[in-house]
Amino acid sequence: MEAFDLSLINWSRAQFALTAIYHWLFVPLTLGITFLIAIMETIYYKTGKEEWKKMTQFWMTVFGINFAIGVATGIILEFEFGTNWSYYSWFVGDIFGAPLAIEGIMAFFMESTFIAIMFFGWSKVSKGFHLTATWLTAVGSNLSALWILVANGWMQNPVGMQFNPETVRNEMVNFWDVLFNPNAINKFVHTLYSSYTLAALFVIGISAWYLLKNREHIFARKSIIVASIFGLIFSLATVYTGDESAREVAKSQPMKFAAMEGLYQGGTNAPLVAAGIMVNDNESDAIHNKKKLIASVEIPNMLSYMIYLKGGEFIPGIHDLVHGNEAFGIMSASEKIERGTVAKNTLNNYKLAVKEGNTAKADSLKAQFYDPAFTKDYFKYFGYSYFTNPHDLVPNVPLNFYSFHIMVALGFWFILLFTLTLWLSLKNRIADWRWLLRAAIISMPLAYVASEAGWLVAEFGRQPWIIQDLMPTMAAASNLNSNMVQATFWIFFLTFTVLLIAEIKIMTKQIKQGPNHGGH
Amino acid sequence: MEAKASILSRIYHFYLDGFRSMTLGKTLWLIIFIKLFIMFFVLKLFFFKDHLSQNTQNEHEKPAFVLDHLTQ
Repeated sequence: MEAFDLSLINWSRAQFALTAIYHWLFVPLTLGITFLIAIMETIYYKTGKEEWKKMTQFWMTVFGINFAIGVATGIILEFEFGTNWSYYSWFVGDIFGAPLAIEGIMAFFMESTFIAIMFFGWSKVSKGFHLTATWLTAVGSNLSALWILVANGWMQNPVGMQFNPETVRNEMVNFWDVLFNPNAINKFVHTLYSSYTLAALFVIGISAWYLLKNREHIFARKSIIVASIFGLIFSLATVYTGDESAREVAKSQPMKFAAMEGLYQGGTNAPLVAAGIMVNDNESDAIHNKKKLIASVEIPNMLSYMIYLKGGEFIPGIHDLVHGNEAFGIMSASEKIERGTVAKNTLNNYKLAVKEGNTAKADSLKAQFYDPAFTKDYFKYFGYSYFTNPHDLVPNVPLNFYSFHIMVALGFWFILLFTLTLWLSLKNRIADWRWLLRAAIISMPLAYVASEAGWLVAEFGRQPWIIQDLMPTMAAASNLNSNMVQATFWIFFLTFTVLLIAEIKIMTKQIKQGPNHGGH
Repeated sequence: MEAKASILSRIYHFYLDGFRSMTLGKTLWLIIFIKLFIMFFVLKLFFFKDHLSQNTQNEHEKPAFVLDHLTQ
């Protein structure tokens, strides 16, 4: 670990995190609002009422602003893969490249074609053709997300590949295993449903502002009804898929799960912590930087039920995962480090054999990587070889704990909000509930907080891994000049801030003009 | 051939008329072009060079370069 420049790694991580967080400010709204627009246009298609056309066009303009400012920001992440994370990019090989290439092609052809018809085609194509283009824009943008999340799911739970020491790449051997990786599928649906929730909150928030200003009553109330139904369905679905996702994380990334729950000592009766405050636990030396929970609200024995749907099952804590727990078949981190070191030494011996021109030895060592027993017992732990201290395998527990709990708490608030806005809109009384309208406006940024918190859990919870168990983040970073990475970090920071201000200004101006302004 | 040309011409005019009639869209396209310029002509050219290509002579050297790093 000492061989790696931690300052460089931290700046590279900060830069990637900044780019990803910024990129993710735009993506969820695009994913969700396109479906809301498609639903509104479908109502217009069915009823022929102009008010629905006007609503469709207004939310399309909002979508257009968000899309224009956000488009192509994801490409910067791909630049960073090649420059800052070159060893990672090489090591993942076609597993990462193939989904990203499919995403790029789909995004370009589907979105660029159908978005053009959405915006330019109102008087040029038939109503049915226009509606089809709107639905295909929504489907296309969501399918683009699938490929990104398949790639990300593989980082969390690498499957369907075979490591080739000759190319030093993980080569895809089963496309379907990669595509239907349970981690990727759970992540995909959870991300989509939470993005639909965010888009619904966005529409409700802006509509609430109109009602507070005593403007656009019919437009606002109908927008709130559509968004509340949509939001309620998908916020409930987000809870369900979040539960599924947590089950998958508990099995494939138990350390991340323990950090999310703030669970240091595992057990068969582990409680579910609904809320709590983390403070330093100075009395413990079993885990470095250990925290303890104070003022916590806990549901006894609930974690076993949540993960295994029955009581009495053992849920490992951070202590179990670092020190091992023989009684429950949990291998210690030291044992994993030893096994990973065997895999790394084999790879090193292969390298030396190739350099010496000893083909027979090189072939024999290469064959070991194709032996399922060697993969299962040693190569699976390859990434652990970069660590000497098992305590370095523990992610930032407070960050994961708080991010996870903030996300969950906000999720339940959104369900309540959707229920209230739907009920009051149907009763045509929502304009009288001023505090609820204000709460709906405040909930717009909270939706982004929840969405970004979800990503923090996904990415910080995985640390210190960039590819779970196979490659630590420190081994993935290119040996660049740390000052250069810092410089680009600040360039990004400035550029992104200017773009964000531009978006907010344009969006605010458009919203103030209202749905009767027209024009794209 | 004529029908083909007609379809292409209709697509061309569809986009041309669409871009001409834009109001807010013109500002958004300007932002997109500025952003793409910064990304491809500033960041990519001056800052984001392919690290492996910079440190190797050709594609064949890349596996050995990565292997040296991973087994250090």
